[in-house]
Amino acid sequence: MTTNLPASVANPEDTDAILRSILRDVLGLSDERVAELAAGSGLFGHIPEFDSMAVAGLLTEVEDRCDILIEDDEVDGDMLETYGALLTFVSTKRAEG
Amino acid sequence: MLTTWQPPGGSEELAIRFGDDTGPCLLVLPAWFDEGNKTRHFTIETMRLLAGRGVPSVLPDLPGCNESLTGLTEQTLATWREAAAAAAAQFGCSQVLAIRAGANIAPGLPGFAYAPLAGKSALRALLRARTLAAKEAGHPETTEALLQTGKVEGLELAGYHLGAAMVAELAEAVLAPSALVPLDPGGPLLWLRAEPEHNPEQAAALADLIAEGMTA
Repeated sequence: MTTNLPASVANPEDTDAILRSILRDVLGLSDERVAELAAGSGLFGHIPEFDSMAVAGLLTEVEDRCDILIEDDEVDGDMLETYGALLTFVSTKRAEG
Repeated sequence: MLTTWQPPGGSEELAIRFGDDTGPCLLVLPAWFDEGNKTRHFTIETMRLLAGRGVPSVLPDLPGCNESLTGLTEQTLATWREAAAAAAAQFGCSQVLAIRAGANIAPGLPGFAYAPLAGKSALRALLRARTLAAKEAGHPETTEALLQTGKVEGLELAGYHLGAAMVAELAEAVLAPSALVPLDPGGPLLWLRAEPEHNPEQAAALADLIAEGMTA
């Protein structure tokens, strides 16, 4: 067991749980609907109420809870288009520390 | 019930009171801007429930907010802090409940904080919403450039016209160590919700925590 890895790398499942919890709050989803989110589930551009203000709230909450900073130029349609893309982005940011 | 109060500067502002208005009450400092809209129903219902638990409370309109005739552009963190202190004095408040960014202007009273948010983070979310919308509309802006302009000319963010002084102050505003007791009623974070929503169970849980904390 390696002990010098950052906690975020050691707990990738944590990122998934945090993201699902934030999306539940942003989109007002039931726990069942949240559990059904799959890598291909469409987000930005697929759900009308997921607008720029909602995305801004989501990213700021992700920054707070995951202790990362997301720069302007990292935010684009691709990274927000599906649940899988968002999860990959945030997991990578956390691994970078 | 609706009442009025006078912040420094001489304007007259509205306030909503619940419960017995003869004794000390709880000063409620709400969330700001879009978060304030999304949590307004929740905030008012929590106050109604507090009155039922024997805790009177008051929610003053800050200058420049809601029905205020004063311009938001003229407001700064300092004017809001002075206003919050003046409201506490005029309504005889002995404790405070600060919600989200409301914690940035809490007067030196004991009390509670619900999910406190630094002014800096509040501004960051508003700037991000603007840069995202601009990118979608095909004329990208950067946070850094907006901030530099905003510190000189002020900025319109999410429909709110903030003055240059407010933008500059928010950009540096971190939460000072506070004696306010953090409360966690559980449930969804209503200020994140894309379509504003209320949660009665969460309001009841928060009212319980406050009522217990005030008698402890």
